[in-house]
Amino acid sequence: MLTLYGETLTSRLLLGTAQYPSPAIMAEAVRASACDIVTVSLRRETAGNRTGGQFWELIRELGVRVLPNTAGCHSVKEAVTTAQMARELFGTDWIKLEVIGHHDTLQPDVFGLVEAARILSAEGFRVFPYTTDDLVVAERLLEAGCEVLMPWCAPIGSARGPVNVDGLRAIRAHFPDIPLIVDAGLGRPSHAGMVMELGFDAVLLNTAVAKAGDPAAMAAAFAGAVEAGHVAFRAGPLEPRDMAVPSTPIIGKAVFE
Amino acid sequence: MHVLIRGAGIAGLTLAHELVRAGAQVTVCDVRAGPAGSASWLAGGMLAPWCERESAEEPVLTLGRLAADWWDTALPGHVLRNGTLVVAPARDAAELNRFATRTGGHAWLDGDGVAALEPDLAGRFRRGLFFRDEAHLDPRRAMTALIAGLKAAGVRFAYGNDTSVEADRIAYCTGMAAADDGLRGVRGEMLLLRTKEISLSRPVRLLHPRIPVYIVPREGHHFMVGATMIESDDDGPISARSTMELLNAAYSLHPAFAEAKIVETGAGVRPAYADNLPRVKQTREGISVNGFYRHGFLLSPAMAQEAAALILNERVEALNEAHG
Repeated sequence: MLTLYGETLTSRLLLGTAQYPSPAIMAEAVRASACDIVTVSLRRETAGNRTGGQFWELIRELGVRVLPNTAGCHSVKEAVTTAQMARELFGTDWIKLEVIGHHDTLQPDVFGLVEAARILSAEGFRVFPYTTDDLVVAERLLEAGCEVLMPWCAPIGSARGPVNVDGLRAIRAHFPDIPLIVDAGLGRPSHAGMVMELGFDAVLLNTAVAKAGDPAAMAAAFAGAVEAGHVAFRAGPLEPRDMAVPSTPIIGKAVFE
Repeated sequence: MHVLIRGAGIAGLTLAHELVRAGAQVTVCDVRAGPAGSASWLAGGMLAPWCERESAEEPVLTLGRLAADWWDTALPGHVLRNGTLVVAPARDAAELNRFATRTGGHAWLDGDGVAALEPDLAGRFRRGLFFRDEAHLDPRRAMTALIAGLKAAGVRFAYGNDTSVEADRIAYCTGMAAADDGLRGVRGEMLLLRTKEISLSRPVRLLHPRIPVYIVPREGHHFMVGATMIESDDDGPISARSTMELLNAAYSLHPAFAEAKIVETGAGVRPAYADNLPRVKQTREGISVNGFYRHGFLLSPAMAQEAAALILNERVEALNEAHG
């Protein structure tokens, strides 16, 4: 079982709620994924001081835990304010913290991220930081009060899958006891299966499901791959070898000639 | 039969047109002072069911493909059947492939093909998708003409009031003002630009993974640039961010838009059900026609026909039966 900030969860897939063809299809995808946590972008779905009340209602009706996020925030102040609004709106101190540093790649501003994580942790938030695979940044985030890390595997929405497998291995090896969730960059279920086989605790997806031809079917496919990858990691996968190894021993083999 | 239609947006006007054609007596009332201010007034006016199918469900295509003919019959001369051009910035070229796999009714164009359709875009895009059978109209001209035609046919318009008129049936086409728990608001923001530096013959869609935008040419060197999609029922002024994103998109379509005048900005709220498909419903109060989302001009003809049939007690194949 996965435990995040004291909460025990059965699913290792977290699903985003943006960019679906309709809220009805989003709801189908969430149900098909059997996920326990959905992320909701506060910034995108609000304008001014008023909010999309009916959209929140649809999300609440899903009966899953909401992890609000600060998607699209480009500064510490913006991210902190958005987190505070999210806490009020959703009645949760969980926050997926995004501080975007680069408009084109949506790469996190890791300096702002650490600062915002420190401020929010001090205010009692449970911070889920969207970060890179940089180990020093990861250490700083833990020092700032984070108990979960969410490294990317490729730029948001790029669907490229893990672009730096060694980096992912390193962060996993460095922080064996910290829940690590791969957030952003997954395109296909095989990508999700691959990072789970590396020992990551969960994955967070949005675009790969929302923009699929059949989002609900793709959500189910990801759920299966995440589960398979996790079971495979626990089962202890074979390491690759340079030479062939026969699965049947040759020495002592019976000869019938 | 006398039918009172509440709401003079595109749902109400198309329904009035269908009812008048069938010989009914019709009164249209709206709390607004005139057609301006309804969500329809801010619409793009694209009759683009194939492009919309990229993210919309099948009924949008099956019902929407009849729209251009309906408008052409109702308002001869208003419908421009020049198709739709879809392009993407070089760095987002993969979006064009994705769009093509999700849609039908299109042909691939190379750079010369793009230039042949829209000479002012020559040299700017190496590939494009052409949706030959799509059309567009100017929503404001169309609404104004529809109202004039209805008045000429004896329809009484009561703007600026909500008074009860004695009627045999009442149809509610009131959009977000309707008391319908299933409705939610999807905010849309648009800009109206004017420039003589560039001309286009058809709506152009610029694909972008985060901010897909369309530009629709209108009379008098005007261009409608739209539209944001925000889960919110706020109808306040356009935000700086949305303005920036819409202008950025226009600029990346053609730098000449940098010199354009911003003639108007607009923000409205689209009424939508959870599946983003419209509904004709029989309620205790009367008939309800609502939930057009971003497909008012595209789907109101089909919904008006359904609603008129229901009101006139004809056989009904309501859309909501088709998709539950």
